[in-house]
Order: sequence, then structure tokens, then C-alpha cells
Amino acid sequence: MNALEIKNLEKRYSNGFVALKGINLSIKQGDFFALLGSNGAGKSTVIGIVSSLVNKTSGSVKVFGFDLDQEPEEAKRCIGLVPQEFNFNQFEKVFDIVVAQAGYYGIPRKEALRRAEVCLKQLELWDKRNEASRELSGGMKRRLMIARALVHEPKLLILDEPTAGVDIEIRRSMWDFLKEINAAGTTIILTTHYLEEAESLCRHIAIINKGEVVENTDMTSLLEKADEECFVLSLERAVDAVPEIDGCSITVVDERTWKVNVSKKVGLNALFADLDKLDIKVSGMRNESNRLEQWFLGLLSENREGAK
Amino acid sequence: MIRKEYLVALQTIVYKEMRRFLRIWVQTLLPSIITTTLYFLIFGTLIGSRIGQMNGYDYMDFIVPGLILMAVISNAYSNVVSSFYGTKFQRNIEEMLVAPIPSWVILVGYISGGVMRGLIVGLCVTTVSLFFTDMTIAHPFIMVTVFLLTGILFSTAGFINAVYAKSFDDISIVPTFVLTPLIYLGGVFYSIELLPAFWQKLSLLNPVFYMVNVFRHSILGESDISLMSGFAVILIFIILLIGISLRLLSKGVGIKN
Repeated sequence: MNALEIKNLEKRYSNGFVALKGINLSIKQGDFFALLGSNGAGKSTVIGIVSSLVNKTSGSVKVFGFDLDQEPEEAKRCIGLVPQEFNFNQFEKVFDIVVAQAGYYGIPRKEALRRAEVCLKQLELWDKRNEASRELSGGMKRRLMIARALVHEPKLLILDEPTAGVDIEIRRSMWDFLKEINAAGTTIILTTHYLEEAESLCRHIAIINKGEVVENTDMTSLLEKADEECFVLSLERAVDAVPEIDGCSITVVDERTWKVNVSKKVGLNALFADLDKLDIKVSGMRNESNRLEQWFLGLLSENREGAK
Repeated sequence: MIRKEYLVALQTIVYKEMRRFLRIWVQTLLPSIITTTLYFLIFGTLIGSRIGQMNGYDYMDFIVPGLILMAVISNAYSNVVSSFYGTKFQRNIEEMLVAPIPSWVILVGYISGGVMRGLIVGLCVTTVSLFFTDMTIAHPFIMVTVFLLTGILFSTAGFINAVYAKSFDDISIVPTFVLTPLIYLGGVFYSIELLPAFWQKLSLLNPVFYMVNVFRHSILGESDISLMSGFAVILIFIILLIGISLRLLSKGVGIKN
């Protein structure tokens, strides 16, 4: 069964702006799905419509087989939403926010209290349960929104840029948590601007550009489309002349640092073999940007050219 | 049959609303009690003793029902308008919109919050009034019914105001320029028999006039209008405003894109 099925979804705002131009998407149960696109591409509008925060103009949305128009309550019961912006009452206590959300889903108070405790402990917020939400740090607020979204045990969790503005440590721990609940059976849809995040978490990916789905595939196939990858090499000693290596283009950053674009056909082994022949020793290496990011930028640039 | 889940959701909204106005009781409950006490003191005791009688009652006894109801009206209205607008402003209305709650549960939840605040303030003001007058309540059942219906009507009106409001100014414009004149011209301080014929007829278009008079009837035992016509007008307004509110909620006016 599909966790989410979107057909011919259109959204035209009252000012005439067309945010979605009839998109189609199917997301399988148990998937970890990335929805990518630049700012204003239409990602948040899709999420808004699926979670009943935005009225659609036309099209249909089914959540675990429940049509959002015909059986809205059953559909809503399947979804947990972590929105992009903090949207809880800043004056309410952390515990009260999560308990109230359970109540909105019809969970009796005694059970709501138990579930709120479980969720807050999972998200390491139990110690903060009696603090007003405005007193939490940015990372804690993000975790509070995840705890709130999970309290009714949804089958589909939608996260709209959940790690925006949080530090690396918290981001990594959130990734581990999301992997854990996905492994336990929760379908996850994620929008993010950190393409590294999508690459390391998601199995399928759709890219929206100007209200249209321009790519919808699995992550492995997508990464294969990335022709080249950029690495930053730290050299053991300064090299005066930049060598010519087939399938690679080298840009000098400084006398001991190079940026090297390596073609997928050549690969890193060939690059290092050639460097070794030239007696150029590499002491360190890192990705300049990840493959998905390069491919994504390329795609957006192609679309811009196409539009011209 | 109403599903159990709806009742839990309704209970959650009412509990949240009550917790809100009780947490900030200095801003929500106390001001009306102080203002009404001042009205009792100045208009009732100081000026009222010089006015003499109104419709055969001491002036203080005449204005007490209207002042109590004025407190109920303004508190029921302001509770819902500020709470629901605040919920929109902070976007935590989304917590309810994503949940499987029908529109009527959200509406009833907010109205109940407004009615509860109106009732609490109304009872406090009634208690204070006992220090100024030897009031006896002629019809307690009618009094409680008017308390509730007035609370429902003005909570619903506050809800509609909050739905359309786009700024904090918008939630104070209606109370200042519409609600206050309606209350003051609704026969709280005078009998419409004192007015010229034209103004008497105009007063009959004011819904507050009917509430004040039915409430006055419940305490004093008589008023400017019949009980039936008073209740009929109140109920018509309630049905009308609830219908409008449900329509606005189901279309997502002011809360959805």
C-alpha cells in the first residue's frame, strides 16, 4: 500500500500565483522519502495540503488509502507533522503542549500523559517538561515539535526542514532517531536544504521546481546520474606545475591545496595512481560538496536555461 | 452519536482555554470586578442616590442587572477574540487543524472557554453587588439561562471577530466601536421609556437591550420587554452567529491558505 498518493495536485493562490501545477507522487509504506527543491519551489505547499493546512485548488490526496476529501479524519489520524516554523504556544509548558496534542487526536488524558512522557524521554526533553516552550533552545524546540508530532503514533511522519538551524551534534542525533523510527515502520517524508541529510537518510527522492516534479526516483539511481564529484586535496608539499590528468580538472586554491573535479568514469583510484606517478603526495582529502548537491545545482541550472 | 474522540478533543480545548485565563487572572478576571465595583460605587451609591427611582426601583437596584451582564458580555467576547487570535498569530491553530477534529468541536471549545470566563466574572460581580444592594433574585433559573445564552452569543461574536482579524488592532476595534456603544445604549443605565419614540424603536434593534431586560426580569421580576420576545431575539442571534462561524471554519477563512 502507498503511504501517500498525490494525483494532479494543483494550487493557485488568491493572488493568482500557481504554486503547484498538477503534481503526481506516490510514496510507499515504510519509505524514507526526500522532497527537495529550492525556496518557493512548492514543497511546503505540498506538505500544507497533505496535512490540511492549505486548501488545494484541484487534484486528490490519499493517505494510506484514505481520501483527504472523503475521509479526512482517518487520513489526518495517519499523519504527524513537524512544520518548518515553531508553531506551539510560547507560553505553554512543554509537557502541556504534547499532552494537548494527544487530546486533539482523541487520546484520553491518562493515556495522553503516558505517551507524552514516552515521547519527551525519547527526544531527551523530559527534564524540560515543566518549562515554558519559549525558554527552550532552538534545537530543543525542534525536538519538541517532533515529540508533539509523534504522540499519536502516526504511520506517516512529515518533517519540513527539521534540522534547520540546529548544531551538528543535535542534527546527527536527530538523524539517528529518525532512522530508528523509520526502521520501526514509520514512513517518513523529509524536506531539507541539507542535501547531505537527504543523501544519508532517504531511499527515494523527488525534486520539485516551480510547482512541478522534475525528478522522482530512488537515491542510488539519482546519484549515478551525478557525473563528477569535487574533492579538496591537501598536498604534503607545494607543487609548482599543475599536472594534466585525464577525466579530472584541477583548480589551485593555494600552493598546497587543490580542488579536483573527478569524473565518475575516471574514479579516485585512477586519480591517485596518476598523482603517485608524478610523485605528488596527498596528506588529506575531503568532499567539496556532496554528489547530490552538485547534481541538484546542475538540474536547477538546466531548468533555468530551459525556461529562457 | 458524538464520537468519544470528539469529546476528548473538546475537553482538551476547554481545559486549555480555562488554564489560559486562570493563569493570567490579573489581566482577565480582576479588571472587570474592579471596574464594576467602581460603577456600583459611583453610579449606584454616589450619583444614584440623587437620581431617585427608575421604573419604580432604586437606581442602584435598577442598574445592577445591566452591570453584571455587561461584565459577562465583555469577558465572554474578549476571552475568545484574544485567545483565538493569539492562536492564529502564534500559528498553534495548526495543532488543531492537522488533527481529526471537526469544526464544530473547535467552535464549541472556544465558546465554552468564553462562557466559563463570563460565568466566573459574572458570579464575582454578582457577589460584589451584594455589598451595595439588598438584591434578591426573583427567577434564579432564568438568570442562569441568560448568563449562559449571553456568554454563548458574545463568545461566538468574539470568535468571528478573531477569524477576520489580521492584526491586534482588529481585535480591539470591534469592542471599542461596536460592543461598547451597544452595551451603553442597551438600557444598562436607563429605561427606554425615558427615550423619545424614535430612539425607543431604534433601541429595539440592539440585541444587548433584550439580554439586559431579560436579565433584569430574572432579578427584579419585571422589565421593558416580554420574556418570550427577549429569549427569541437572543436565540435567533445565537443561531445566526454560530452558522456564520461554522461556515467560516469549514472554508478555512482567516486560518488556511
